Amino acid sequence: MVKSSTDTLLTTDPRSRVRTMCARLRAIWTLPLTISASTPYPLLVIALIVSLLLNLGMGAVSVAPDQVITILGTHLRAIVTDLPGWGVVVDLPGTGMARSLARAFAGTDLYAWITADATRQQDAVVWTIRLPRLLMGCIAGAGLAVSGAALQGIFRNPLADPGLIGVSSGAALGAVVATVLSIGIWGIWTLPIFAFVGAISVTATVYLIARHEGKTEVVTLLLAGVALNAVIGAGVGLLITYANDQQIRSITFWTMGSLGGTLWEQVGIVFVVTTIGLAIIGRFAMPLNLLVLGEREARHLGVRVERTRGLIMFTTAAMTGASVAFTGSIGFVGLVVPHLVRLWLGPDHRRLLPCSALLGATLMLLADLVSRTVVAPLELPIGVVTSFIGGPFFIWLLLKTRRQQGGWA
Amino acid sequence: MHARISRRCGAFLLALTLVFGTPAMAPVLAQTPDAASPAASTGAPTPQLPVTITDATGAEITITDISRIVSVNGDITETLFALGLGQYVVADDISALYPPEAAALPKVGYARDLNAEGILSFNPTVVIGDDGAGPAEVLDQVRAAGVPVVIVSSDPNSIYGPVDEIRQIGEALGVPEAAETLATSIEAQLQEVETLAASAESQPRVAFLYIRGAGTQLLAGTNTSADLVITAAGAINAGADIGLDGYAPITPEALVTAAPDIILVMQDGLASVGGVDGLLQIPGIAQTPAGESGTVVAFEDLYLLGFGPRIGESVHDLTLALHPELEGEPINPQWQGTDVEIATPEASPAASPAA
Repeated sequence: MVKSSTDTLLTTDPRSRVRTMCARLRAIWTLPLTISASTPYPLLVIALIVSLLLNLGMGAVSVAPDQVITILGTHLRAIVTDLPGWGVVVDLPGTGMARSLARAFAGTDLYAWITADATRQQDAVVWTIRLPRLLMGCIAGAGLAVSGAALQGIFRNPLADPGLIGVSSGAALGAVVATVLSIGIWGIWTLPIFAFVGAISVTATVYLIARHEGKTEVVTLLLAGVALNAVIGAGVGLLITYANDQQIRSITFWTMGSLGGTLWEQVGIVFVVTTIGLAIIGRFAMPLNLLVLGEREARHLGVRVERTRGLIMFTTAAMTGASVAFTGSIGFVGLVVPHLVRLWLGPDHRRLLPCSALLGATLMLLADLVSRTVVAPLELPIGVVTSFIGGPFFIWLLLKTRRQQGGWA
Repeated sequence: MHARISRRCGAFLLALTLVFGTPAMAPVLAQTPDAASPAASTGAPTPQLPVTITDATGAEITITDISRIVSVNGDITETLFALGLGQYVVADDISALYPPEAAALPKVGYARDLNAEGILSFNPTVVIGDDGAGPAEVLDQVRAAGVPVVIVSSDPNSIYGPVDEIRQIGEALGVPEAAETLATSIEAQLQEVETLAASAESQPRVAFLYIRGAGTQLLAGTNTSADLVITAAGAINAGADIGLDGYAPITPEALVTAAPDIILVMQDGLASVGGVDGLLQIPGIAQTPAGESGTVVAFEDLYLLGFGPRIGESVHDLTLALHPELEGEPINPQWQGTDVEIATPEASPAASPAA
């Protein structure tokens, strides 16, 4: 085998030689993907961790890796020592050993890594700016991707994403109302609350429009979503007519999304909502698999289709609504990530859902890294990055898949 | 107003920052004087520090060092330079276009869309902005890094707003005397303009058109900065007179109803429609008295509506431009002279009424 291909390499014309080389390179490049197709989690987790570390270490303010570790260590230690009962642990007999162990480490390279000097500014950049925003990116990315996967499942439609059921337009309407009418009753929480309420209520309206005699029909749902999105878009346009220049600027930035300015409290809220949401949707992996066979078939196999659909719509709306309320609209993640995972691992929702979460988080982090670094000290809106890179990449994938498989899987 | 300026800059922003942004930063930082360098030799006031003030957000702030200022508002940047503190400014926002030294400084973004890390990368000792600066979360992050953030605020509906703002800036940065001197001189200028405008015989109807190419053509009504300067210059804001509030898209009928004697535009806006000839092509304009006589007055954007320390000068020059019968020399003829066209009907190509 090796011999024959070497012969090919030596004997044939240069063009086919190049082609053979390319094929081999491609095989090497896709090797990790091929190997990990059976057990994808290690690769995904490693990719996520690498992205996390890259994000923590890179940005307009330079912070060295050892400084990052020291800063994280200092804060984590402070959190742990603040926990009730910590004093008891310290006084336990065994901890004398821990202390002498620490003394033994003093002066070693390892010790230097956890006691590097960091300025207050670097400390603030890592702990109050980068860490919250990258956690928000992870959570929002995971939420959007899983929502996309689940919605594509219940609608049995490859175009479904959280935007289709009105989450994005509803959140935008809420945000624009708060901005244009200059509502500030809850301070910095006003806009997120309005956006969240907007997202939930528009999705609920879509659902209620499509519901008839206790049933919803997929096509009616999708068309209701499209129609309502148009109406909401018009409403947003109407409000913008009354907005001043600065409000229009603010709205424009909101619609392009940003993880900048993420506070720890916001991360906490979105984390709780998204964790609950992911847990709920995760329980529907099998029903979603059965729905692939068709609605009637799924019903005969014991899936309560109506309940599944309603619950998943509500859960995804709450989950993406919560993160979009803080980050602004971030396009394309919810649509593309599930497709990437399906192309790689196949359509089984038991793997599709968790892998979408991991890949969504990773891609969001990488997009944020790009948005923070390419024009530093300025920032690009992250929605621009996700769509600008995601769009062409997706088209390339589309064409490649058509060439190789003769059509969309 | 900043919105407009930054929109214009926006197109070039990406390319500019990619090409110049990061590499240009290092030398600029290196040139910046540290706190120890004698400011007196350059004529700058010596700041009396530390100062503790209550800023426009109601927060009590102590400023101990102004050697590295990041200003996130164009008017404030202009004021800092006017106060002689320009050498301490290490970065500003994209609305800072005057003076040229300020425009040449590295940018931290746009006042309403700041990012904390970008600001902190300049190692500021103080960040200053107006109440439009944000998002609020980002300012909180900057404060959390131990950098004091000063927010100044002034009445947007008063021509004396900039004066108020200058005093607040001076107080916050430990140069109250210098600020008082500057503020008093601007107040004197504005009062002079008031007398000048009152002595004018004519009271022309002036329509301020905010134009950015064919897509964006707005007429200024009440509650706009244009309304303030037109009124201060002793003229009638034709847009406000027909009941417009804020900036409203131009319709031919509104223009004809407003019946302006003079059309006031920004130089860049005028250029974006191809000069006076292009302006007269906008439906409705040719049917107004101003269109018939071809009376168009153009000012440089920031000079007219910057609402910075040059407000007294610009309103003075505007008063002279709107009342040809007044005698007096413009303070900054270069802003006013180049594109101003107070044309007679014979001289204007588009205005030759058949009657």
